Amino acid sequence: MNSERRGPGFYVLTAFFALFVLFLYGPMTTIFILSFQGPNGGLTFPMNGTSLRWFRNLLFEQQAVGDFGGAFTRSLVLGIMTMLTTVVVSLLAGLAFRRRFLGSGPLFYLTIASLIVPSILISLGIGLAFQVFGLEPAWYSSAFGAHLTWTLPFGLLIMFAVFNRFNPAYEEAARDLGATPWQTFAHVVLPIILPSLVGVGLFGFTLSYDEFARTLMTSGTFNTLPLEIYGMTTNVTTPVLYALGTVTTLFSMGIILLALGTIAVLRKRRARRIAG
Amino acid sequence: MTLSRIAPYLQATPLTLILAAFLVLPIATITMVSFWDYDSIQIFPAFVFTNYEETITSPVTWNTYINTLKFTVIVWAVTLLVGFWVAYYLAFHIRSATAQMVLFLVCTIPFLTSNIIRMISWIPFLGRNGLLNQTLMQLGIINQPLEFLLFSDFAVVLAMVHLYTLFMVTPIFNTLMRIDRALIEAARDAGASGWQILTNVIIPLAKPGIAIGSIFVVTLVMGDFITVRFMSGGQSASVGLMMANQIALLQYPAAAANAVILLILVLLLVGAILRIVNIRKEL
Repeated sequence: MNSERRGPGFYVLTAFFALFVLFLYGPMTTIFILSFQGPNGGLTFPMNGTSLRWFRNLLFEQQAVGDFGGAFTRSLVLGIMTMLTTVVVSLLAGLAFRRRFLGSGPLFYLTIASLIVPSILISLGIGLAFQVFGLEPAWYSSAFGAHLTWTLPFGLLIMFAVFNRFNPAYEEAARDLGATPWQTFAHVVLPIILPSLVGVGLFGFTLSYDEFARTLMTSGTFNTLPLEIYGMTTNVTTPVLYALGTVTTLFSMGIILLALGTIAVLRKRRARRIAG
Repeated sequence: MTLSRIAPYLQATPLTLILAAFLVLPIATITMVSFWDYDSIQIFPAFVFTNYEETITSPVTWNTYINTLKFTVIVWAVTLLVGFWVAYYLAFHIRSATAQMVLFLVCTIPFLTSNIIRMISWIPFLGRNGLLNQTLMQLGIINQPLEFLLFSDFAVVLAMVHLYTLFMVTPIFNTLMRIDRALIEAARDAGASGWQILTNVIIPLAKPGIAIGSIFVVTLVMGDFITVRFMSGGQSASVGLMMANQIALLQYPAAAANAVILLILVLLLVGAILRIVNIRKEL
């Protein structure tokens, strides 16, 4: 296909793709702009001057409702917990699935079921289970488990993709050279799959950090950030809502760029080592 | 030697335990509680079918399920159409691997940001005094602001397409990238037109990806409640929303019965998709 001239289809689809990207980013851009709304501005255009009033209001002033700082800290810690657990558990399970073992079929289908079962069911189920067993739901216990049921299937599917393309000759070579299984893993397998693990971590963190439905019934007394933002949508009618949207979106984008940058550096370093 | 034999079991243990505790046990609890009884202040163990009876015999339930299925069908059709062409464009029209990766990431990044924020971001665009209405009025196309843009079924579908299209793009892109380019070359040499190549070669080979994407979109829309609540402004109903309302009223057994019915329906839909398309070789 590569040698061909561009047909009319190319230009039609390019326009379509451009519209799709505009559709994805357009709304987000409007709230970026509106979060710099002047002190007397409202929730829609036109801009009534520009100011940092709403960011100041968000970050430094006491809100009438909600606890933005606390919710952010909880979501951040929960996201990191989910990220680390997802990376370790998916990696282990990915290694297990490289060989046949009793029950591998059912475990695989169970993992897929975890993706398919609607979030609100997980939320309700974990909430009820905690109630029935007399446990107090909290963001670090029940919500943590609820998030894992969403991040682990993604983690495992990424590990499948990684190990399907993994050349076992590297491990055989290491073994032939007398490496122990642990040495083979630590010095051969791990460095090769490290960029993918960063990807799994990125998924684990962002899916948890943004999760709403699974947290609703499981977070206990204290809100995570998405719950807090949702609460704000019903009470707050000033552009501080947009300022919050801008800040959390920039934070997410920062995390994504950090992860992508790390992957790029790891790849480059490996390519250089192979070349050198 | 024995260690290497038990190694896979040890490695699979954490995943098994987490799924047992936070997936199997909660669903078992839901099933159990769906037979329990309740009054206005508490729920108590029993074995009654009233929750199911009340759910199934109520016309409200039927309307809600039909409304949810309506959203599912519309969103599925739109995301499939949009997702397929986006994936097709990336896979067949972008020539350099780097450009492909960059454009794919451009599509992916919004999906890793908050759903709630992405829903909120439609307000200044669709609202009564929003950007779209202002523009249309300035252009003289309409005299009065369109009321149906925000807080309507239209807004719900738009937001869902906005939120869920990537779940269609990624699996389809993945299958399209695996199509042997020689097959397309061969079809062209045999005299096939572009349209024939699309319908006889590419789409049949893309079916597993389409099926996986469909499973994602169907299950996400069937269980959705936050998009429906937020974007319809409380004017539309969905099964998830009905459950959320029952939960808010502490009618857990009723919500549980609803959950069991929803789960069965979702599993039937997924089963139907898997019946049509074999996705085994994709995994």
